[in-house]
Formats: sequence, C-alpha cells, structure tokens
Amino acid sequence: MFTFICRRIVHAIPVILIIATVTFFLIRLAPGDPLSDEKAVPPEIRVNLETHYGFDDPLWLQYFHYMGNLFQGDLGPSFKYIGWTVNELIAQSFPVSLELGLLALIIAVLLGTISGTIAAVNKNSSLDYLPMSIATVGICMPTFVMGPILVLFFGLYLGWFNPLGWELWSDRVLPALTLGIYYAAYIARLTRSGMLEILNSDYIRTARAKGLSEWRVILVHGIKTGLLPVVAFLGPASAGLISGSFVVETIFQVPGLGRFFVMAAFNRDYTMVLGTVLFYATLIILLNLIVDIIQVILNPRLKYE
Amino acid sequence: MQNDITHRCINDWMRRFYPIIIKSFLTTALCLSIGGCGIQETNVERGNREQILFIGNGSEPEGLDPHIVTGVTEHNIISALFEGLVSEDPIDLHPVPGVAQNWEVFDEGKRYIFYLREDAVWSNGDTVTAHDFVYSYERILSPALAAEYAYMLYAIKNARAFNAGEFTDFSRVGAKALDDKKLEIILESQIPYFLELQSHYSWWPVHPPTVEKFGGMTERGTKWTRPDNIVSNGPFTLTDWKINQRISVKKNPRYWDAEKVRLKGINFLPIDSRDTEERAFRVGYIHLTQTIPLHRVDYYRNERSESSRFDTYLGTYCYLFNVNSPPLNDIRVRKALSLSLNREEITQYVTRAGQQSAYHFTPPDTGGYNARARIEYDIEKARDLLAEAGYPEGAGFPALELLYNTSESHRTVAEAIQQMWKKTLNIEIKLLNQEWKVFLNSMHSKNYQIGRFGWIGDYNDPNTFLDMWVTDGGNNRTGWSNREYDKLISLASKTLAKEERFNHFQDAEAILLEELPVMPIYFYVRSLLIQPSVRGWHSNILDHHPYKYVSLEGK
Repeated sequence: MFTFICRRIVHAIPVILIIATVTFFLIRLAPGDPLSDEKAVPPEIRVNLETHYGFDDPLWLQYFHYMGNLFQGDLGPSFKYIGWTVNELIAQSFPVSLELGLLALIIAVLLGTISGTIAAVNKNSSLDYLPMSIATVGICMPTFVMGPILVLFFGLYLGWFNPLGWELWSDRVLPALTLGIYYAAYIARLTRSGMLEILNSDYIRTARAKGLSEWRVILVHGIKTGLLPVVAFLGPASAGLISGSFVVETIFQVPGLGRFFVMAAFNRDYTMVLGTVLFYATLIILLNLIVDIIQVILNPRLKYE
Repeated sequence: MQNDITHRCINDWMRRFYPIIIKSFLTTALCLSIGGCGIQETNVERGNREQILFIGNGSEPEGLDPHIVTGVTEHNIISALFEGLVSEDPIDLHPVPGVAQNWEVFDEGKRYIFYLREDAVWSNGDTVTAHDFVYSYERILSPALAAEYAYMLYAIKNARAFNAGEFTDFSRVGAKALDDKKLEIILESQIPYFLELQSHYSWWPVHPPTVEKFGGMTERGTKWTRPDNIVSNGPFTLTDWKINQRISVKKNPRYWDAEKVRLKGINFLPIDSRDTEERAFRVGYIHLTQTIPLHRVDYYRNERSESSRFDTYLGTYCYLFNVNSPPLNDIRVRKALSLSLNREEITQYVTRAGQQSAYHFTPPDTGGYNARARIEYDIEKARDLLAEAGYPEGAGFPALELLYNTSESHRTVAEAIQQMWKKTLNIEIKLLNQEWKVFLNSMHSKNYQIGRFGWIGDYNDPNTFLDMWVTDGGNNRTGWSNREYDKLISLASKTLAKEERFNHFQDAEAILLEELPVMPIYFYVRSLLIQPSVRGWHSNILDHHPYKYVSLEGK
C-alpha cells in the first residue's frame, strides 16, 4: 500500500504542473486584466501599476517567476484583495468550507445510505417509492431553490435559525442541510441500486443459508459491497463539497472558498484563480487516492495496482 | 421465501426503530430551537441597546489602505477609521473642520494653510502632525506605490509630474509642513472644490511609523491595515477583520471629538446577494442595507415606507455613442436616437426604484449646479432628423449593436430601448452582452457602437461629470472632440467665482447635449432599507454618512 501511495503521488506532480501551466496561460488569454476598471486611470498611473505587478515583463518570464514561487509554496498576492496573499485567503476560508462540507457530507451519507438501503430492501413497496420519489425531487431541486425555501421556513417563519451568517453554531444547520440534501438524494439512489444488485448475489445467499440473522447479512455483508458505487461517487463529491459551494455560500453569506473560486475568474485575479484551481486539483487527487484505498478495503477482490 | 424473511426483518426493524428515529429528529429540532434561543435577541435589538450598528456593506472590501483602494464599499469602512483635514457636515456635506481646526486661503485660492488641532492624535497616542500629511501625500503620489487614486491629488503643484516619475525630490511638490501643526498646500491652479476634495480618502493621512514598520512607504499590499497592526486617527478603530464575514470597529476613545461619537461600534457585513441582505434586514440581523431587491421595491415603498429610502445619487446611467462608427458619426442620427427615447417609461416600468429620468448629464444639484440645457422627448422630430440623415422611416438604417455588461438589470433596460427604437424609428438594434472585464476591454478600445456607461461622481462638483468629455480624456470612450467644449472646461477650471464658473459649465453641458456623444437615460438612485432606530442617517447625494453623528434609539 505504501508503494501504491508513493507511486500515485509521483504521478500527481506532472498533473499539477500541467494544470498550473494550462491555467496560467488560459486566464491570460481572457480579455481584460485585473487592473481594468470602469473608471480609466491616467496613463502614468497605469504604467506604475503594470510595473508594480510585473505585467510589463514578457509572459514567459512572468510564468517562470510564478512557477518559481509555486515550488516554494507561495501562491503570490491577490490582485483583488490587496494586502492578502492567496495562501492567506485559502487558509482563512478553507476551514469554513471544510466544516460546512463535512457537515453536509455527514448529512448526505447518513440520509442517503439509510434511505437507499431501506428502499432496496423493501423493493417496489411504499418504503421504496416514497424515499426514492423524495430523492428524485431532491436531485431536481437546485440548491438555489432549496436554500431560500429552508431559510423562508426555518429562518423567517419559525425563527429557529439566522437566515445568514457563520457566527453561531446554529448558523451551520441551514447551509449544511441545503448542501447535504442535494447529495443525499444522489447517494440514496446509488445506494439503492448498489444494494439491490448485491442482495441478489450468491454470497449473500450463502450468508443467509448459513443462518445468519438478516441484520448481519445486510449490515455486515451486504452494505460493504453495496456501498461501493457510493464510495466511488464520494471521492469527487467530497472534493466538491469541502472546497466550497458558490451558491450556498452566497445565499447564506458563508465565508468559504467557493465564492473566491468563482469570483476570482470574474475579477481576473490571476493569482487567486491559479491558487484555487491548484488547491482544488490537489484536493481531488488526494481524495481520489483515499477513495481508491477505501475501495480496496471494502472489496477484497480489488488490489493495489 | 428469503425475500419474505428480509421483509419481515426489516419491517420489524422499522417498526421498532422508526419511532426512535422520528423522536431523535424531533429532539434534535427541539435542541436546535433551544440553541436558537440564543438568537431570540436580534442583532438590531442588541445593537440598539449597546449602540452597535450592523451594516450590510455589499461586498468584501479590496482592502483598507486609504491610498490603495478605489471603491465605495471601502469608503464606508475607511471613513470610520480615518479622518482628513476637513470632514463633512452630516446633512448637506459642507466642509467642516476635521483634523484641521481652521484654514486660510491665499493667492486667490492657490495656496492653503491648514492649522491642525492640538488634540488630534493617532489611536496609539501619537500626535497627528503636518509631517504625517506630507508623508501621506508623498506616499500616494510615489510611482512605486502605483496608487490608482493618485490623480485625485494632481491638484497639488507638481504632483502629477512627481507621480509620473519625472523627478524624485518631493520637496518640489507643493505640500509642506511649516511646523508640526501647520500644513501648507500650493495648488497647480485654483480649485473651487478643493475643500470638498478633502472628503475623499485618497487625501487622508496614514501613520508613518506603522507604514514603515510593515514594509515601508511605497510597498503595496502590506499588513499594516490588519487589526493588530493598524493605527488610525478616525472616530473608530479596527478590532476584527474576518474576510467575507465581518469587519468590526469600535469607538476610538482617543479621537479628538470622542464625546460626540454616540456609537460604540460598527459591524460591516459583506453581503453580496441582495436577496440575502433583504432577508437579513427582515429578521433584524442588520440595521442598514446597500440596496433593495427590485422585486421588493413596491412592497417596501407601499407597506414599509418608514424603513425604506430612495435618494437621488451622484451618478448618471447612460449610453455612449462611438462617434467614429457610422451612422453614429452623424449628429442627426444620435439626436434622433435620443429624442425617441421615452425615459419616463424606463424609470417607471423598467428600473422602478424611484430613478429620475435624465434630460441632462450632470445630476441635479451637483454641488449646487443645475444644468439649464435639456434634451427633449419628441418622436416626430426624431423621425424627421432620421429622414434628413438619409434613413426615412428607418429605411436602409444599418443594424447597430448595443453593448452592455452581462446583468439582468442592464438587459431589461437595453431591451426596452431596443423596442422603443424599433417602434418609433423602425430601426433594428442588436443586443450584445459581454462579461464585465471583456466588456471593459471592448469599451476601452472603442470596439463598440452603442455602449452602456455609468458614471458616479468622485466629488460633489459638476467638474467630475463634465471634464471627462474633453478631447482624449481617459474616460471619454466616444471619440468625441470639441474645441469649444475643451476651452470652456479649461476656462471653468481657472475661474474661482462660483457663478461665472457654473456658467462655463452650463455652456459646456449645452454643447454636450447638442452633440450627444453620450445619451443620458436616468440618474441613479440609492435605495436602502433602514431600521427606524437609526438616527442621524441623512439623505444626501454622495451617500456619505459620517458615523460620528449616527446613533441608535433602542426601545
């Protein structure tokens, strides 16, 4: 397993480098730059700005400059938020996204696997149709609809939670629910189909023939393999969840990474775009690695290549 | 058979555990609602009790360094932290003494001497001196700092040349500390609105030792503005800065006028989404909003007029004509387009938030100036002019492109205008929207025919609206040039007598409206929600509200 991890990490390095390079040049191809604004500045000030940020250097020099800093772990200063480095901004907002993402993930996994399993075991009964219909609605309902509905009900009518903010513990509930329900719906459907397949397989029949309690059959033998598709889905899903959601963060005014990710592109905040893209890429690579390891643990037929 | 067992088992399980699950859900909900009891007292109630103001501040500020930032969001916060030589009256914004106790004007308005008050101190106890101001001017004008608003100080003698790097000896620039408390400023030429300029943060002082400590005078983007580091001289000091979450300031006990400051603190919340902000207002999370979502305007205007305000703002929404692009090079075509525009319909049915139709370019009562010249609404005349220009009934008129930056509100205005022109002049206009930075790029490189444009005044004087249209002005993206106009603007800048000066502006604006490189549509309005407990928040055209006069009246 150790060599497997090492090999994967070695493979990841060129991937990250390619992503960095492509992103660097792509964002430069976009019209406009971080300095342009509706009010034009006098030409002498424009020159001062370009000199300060090194935009008067040839692009390849800027590229090597950036890559040089990147190797030292320095993502550079943000163009938009003057006085903050990209490292600082990510360090401040990632823990928030991580917390929100993990809470949402817990909600998603618990709701999704439980209802999916119930549905699978009670195939074609009301206990199957009901949660699956809800799940279908959940998948169809985008977060920008779900969020305001939850706020309207729990925030404005019942007054249980603040409709926005990230100050109190209770402020976590609505954003986590909004984000979690959406993923729960996916997971429920994946769990159901995974479990259905497994419950008809030979080894489950063997387990039952051995006289194991139905409990044990489902929760120990069935669910382990039945959840494989869910685990595969969880890799990229959790990367998406913990790196922040633009919509949920905007609706609930959550100071997470998702808004930076999107707004940086609009602002042509070159360093911030690169920083968030690289961070997100690293996260996906890491989580996929973890998922692969979990899959081997869950399914002994798989081997570390 | 096997399946039956499974079923029975699971159903058993369900029967046993479902009540438990439901109960635990309910318990959780109950716990949460009890936990939620902590928020039974809203921010507004607590704020009213403790004199702490909660403001929805639009978006996260670019920074808090008064010499670096450029926006209104930033002004709202920086004006709590710093104070210039002169500050503003809360009602009509006329200049009142700030750090300077009084001042004298010499040489027909070309030389000012400011006498700084003895008790003006920085938040760490250091005295605010004239040297601090000179240091600050040198800082913002240094080419290496690359301050965008350096041009606000071009009024000072030789400042522009220094900023362009033509020489490096700052003593040649017209700002000098005669002693610790006496500051002399020599201007390039008379500027009647010089004192009003002082309300712009680019003129405000920074604490030299602090700036030096964190990277030096010309280092851009250092950490001196962080809560632990910053030293400021305004009525409040920075206590907390959580990016995208909250900026908190508390009353500065060392401020020279601290007795007058009623608020104990202000929280600035960077709420991007208008709808989120409105919800926050509804539950008492904030005292003030930046705006009102369009779909709630009618409700607040009719049902909650005590907590909504619609104030004319120092800005004009307009379309630019690229006068080098035929057929817009023909004045008659530009006039026909403007004449056939029903501005009342646009403000009444499209923008709807109380905007005022614009029949001239400078907003009403800008620094006491009201434009006399007017553009008209006359469809017959428009048709005649278009026919004269060679397009009777719109025949043969090339399809023009109308460019705007991607946004729901710009689109609806553009569509309304497209329809109006189609209906009245029988001409086709193509709508083209571009993402913000792409749009800016197209506009700056004059790669457009008709383009959306919004201009917010930098200070309360007609000059900020009219001097931009001079030949090759940095913000004149129309390609329009008129010798007579340039002459009038330059004449106005050299005239000190208010009436004469305004007359020059009147003549200039008349030329602008006659030739129409720009077509005014409406004057901006600042719509906001305000809790009735907020006192001292006066409506004014710059939307400036000096916090030292603001207080909260709690129940």
